Amino acid sequence: MPGNTFGSDDIILSATGIDKVFPGAKALNKVNFQLARGEVHALLGENGAGKSTLVKCITGAYRRDGGRLVLDGADIDPRDTFEAQRLGIGTVYQEVNLLPNLTVAENLFLGRQPKRFGLVDAREMNRRAETLLAGYDLDVDVRAELSSCSVAVQQVVAIARAVDLSGKVLILDEPTASLDAHEVEMLFSIVRRLKAQGLGIVFITHFLEQVYAICDRITVLRNGQLVGTREAAALPRRELIAMMLGRELGDEIKAVARADAAEGPVRYRFAGYGRKGHIEPFDLEVRKGEVVGIAGLLGSGRTETAEILFGAEKADSGTAEIDGKPAELTSPRAAIRHRFGFCPEDRKVDGIVGDLSVRENIALALQARRGWARPIPRAEQDRLADQYIKALDIRTTDREKPIRLLSGGNQQKAILARWLATNPEFLILDEPTRGIDVGAHAEIIRLIENLCEQGMSLIVISSELDELVAYSRRVIVLRDRAHVSELVGDAVTTAHIVEAIAAGEKQGAA
Amino acid sequence: MNALKPHLIRLLPQFAVLIAVVALISLAFPDFLKLQIQNGRVYGSLIDVLNRGAPVALLAIGMTIVIATRGIDLSVGAVMAICGAVAAASITSGHSLVYTLALALSVGMLCGLWNGILVAVLDIQPIIATLVLMVAGRGIAQLITEGAILTFNDPGLIFIGSGSFLGLPMPVVIWLVFGIAVTLLVRRTALGMLVEALGINRRASTLSGVSTGVLLIAAYVLSGLCAAIAGIIAAADIRGADANNAGLWLELDAILAVVVGGNSLLGGRFSIAASLLGALIIQSINTGILLSGFPPEFNLIIKAAIIVLILVIQSPRIRDLATLFGRADSAEASVKQEAK
Repeated sequence: MPGNTFGSDDIILSATGIDKVFPGAKALNKVNFQLARGEVHALLGENGAGKSTLVKCITGAYRRDGGRLVLDGADIDPRDTFEAQRLGIGTVYQEVNLLPNLTVAENLFLGRQPKRFGLVDAREMNRRAETLLAGYDLDVDVRAELSSCSVAVQQVVAIARAVDLSGKVLILDEPTASLDAHEVEMLFSIVRRLKAQGLGIVFITHFLEQVYAICDRITVLRNGQLVGTREAAALPRRELIAMMLGRELGDEIKAVARADAAEGPVRYRFAGYGRKGHIEPFDLEVRKGEVVGIAGLLGSGRTETAEILFGAEKADSGTAEIDGKPAELTSPRAAIRHRFGFCPEDRKVDGIVGDLSVRENIALALQARRGWARPIPRAEQDRLADQYIKALDIRTTDREKPIRLLSGGNQQKAILARWLATNPEFLILDEPTRGIDVGAHAEIIRLIENLCEQGMSLIVISSELDELVAYSRRVIVLRDRAHVSELVGDAVTTAHIVEAIAAGEKQGAA
Repeated sequence: MNALKPHLIRLLPQFAVLIAVVALISLAFPDFLKLQIQNGRVYGSLIDVLNRGAPVALLAIGMTIVIATRGIDLSVGAVMAICGAVAAASITSGHSLVYTLALALSVGMLCGLWNGILVAVLDIQPIIATLVLMVAGRGIAQLITEGAILTFNDPGLIFIGSGSFLGLPMPVVIWLVFGIAVTLLVRRTALGMLVEALGINRRASTLSGVSTGVLLIAAYVLSGLCAAIAGIIAAADIRGADANNAGLWLELDAILAVVVGGNSLLGGRFSIAASLLGALIIQSINTGILLSGFPPEFNLIIKAAIIVLILVIQSPRIRDLATLFGRADSAEASVKQEAK
């Protein structure tokens, strides 16, 4: 693509100043995004950065709270995805959302089947389906059930349907996540063809090499803010990672001096700990009163490390020792007996028990450890709940409110309270500050520092590198489901972390 | 603080429906409310409702807990048949009453254990897992009775079906005592809360250290125990084990009782008392229709119509409408406040 610059005439979709507010958190803050004709534009960012929220605002799945959307020179305000589709914006998701029990042709023309005498004209439909798919070099029987096709073919069928319906803008939301290398190549050749036809294509993915293989420009979001839009060819991989994780390269802020208390003996020692298919065996030592940070891109094995340490996934190799004695961490219950605690990344799925009250959610882990026969007296539960609602500033009208009605940050604090109520000695926090507002961010960081001073050992996983640097004495860097490097003391800087992550990305690309 | 008040508010709709049903029936048949005491025993249609409703009430107790775990137990009708057959076979082959009861109850719990293992360990969907025993169970019961109705004359066993205690029929005493015992067991310990947590979010509960597997299995074992008691009562009532008809379709009545009791089939919050009221509502309707002298062909249709009505009144849409016209729901209002 010569020049890679796009004049204003070439812009097919322009989003300016898009705002989207969810209760308790601002998901998008004045985000600008411009898509040109005949361009493949990568939309990147960590989980919770606002990529999918932006896409949903564009496709009408969400109503935006502010900003302008201009498609082909005209202001649009799609109320739902169907309207966006009619206007020309088609979307294909990672999970193919077609109907597996219908034929390829039926899927292509679902809701707009050619009719004859009021009945579906199957012959005509199949003929048109063949014509349509001919443009995609796809050798597939349109009468076959969709479920009998490979995921890649299903993905192409979904694209064909979206393009046929819409025809101006195509949004691909992680289309390659479940494809092998060969299928990805096939998909890319189709994307290149559509690009040559002048479609504007938005490509969302976590695979950076794919971004460089096919994209012209890259837009990075972080925490609901636009970080920047750059030409792919002019953006080195390292810089891209720095954009995604939150520090410009060379920006070396050394955080507050951390307590040197963490020079004591090792309390927790994991040797050769790992599980096939989840995380390569790793060695990890944690001292009393020490915060160990874990950094890495999405899918690098961060959460897997947390789950295996907590026993949510069983380790199939290696040993764990606590205070020099071997420990069996085969289940969360076993880990909790050793005074472990774990705040999972996905609060809604793994953390909160939505219909139970804030009080019950806080009491849950302690109650589980005491066993069912020794209920925590109601007065004691009330006291616990009130104590933590006050200490962590959990904003709720009262402790009997179902926790699902709280905002994300307050849910997070309540889950933290659930573990603090058990007096843990080893706390694993997976993305404790994700998706919560800036105020709660600072509070949770302060809390982490306090806990550490009280002698608790913590493992904190975060994609916010400046946060990690602020409270970690050591940072473990993960890549491709393996622990690849460990930074200690003064070496813990965002620049070093980014470098360690990028080093492997470069090798991978070579 | 008045800790009982929220519980009473929870039961209010069920009480209202029950009173309405009973009032309707007694309008047509004033004798319906009449109670008389003969030979130290209370007689009357109301007692009849309590007595006839015993099997469904017992099944509803276990079903409430199973449904609270986000499961369902379709096998309880068949387990009733098995346990009735086991009790009859044991007593007719000369075993003592205590041995017979212990054996029948253990068999019921064993059936529950089987269901529980399928659901909790093998992770089979509850509706499928318990369907297995629902189908196979009746076959097992037929094998035990060897295809015939196995009759018995043991006075002890018969007493459970038709005897009386403190003026009340034994089945009524049994389900009342068992219902209260289970309610105390789950509410005075932490079991109730842990079961609710498990039903709402099993993974989050497991990660919080709740032994979700053991709890799940225990719920099905309890359901099996309830079915065993109901099966013994049903057999004792007719002085014989009828493998083909004992407990037939009662699993559906038990599920209905739980739903009429306002418990969500999606699991979570539950109330055993509400399910028991649901069972009584269903039994009142049954008895009322029988009394009305309609041709029996109409019974099932009338029953279905009344139940549809009850469910419509309880449906979220209608409740939304009610709040629209009535007082604003406080939870709803606070959500909106939060959103600001």
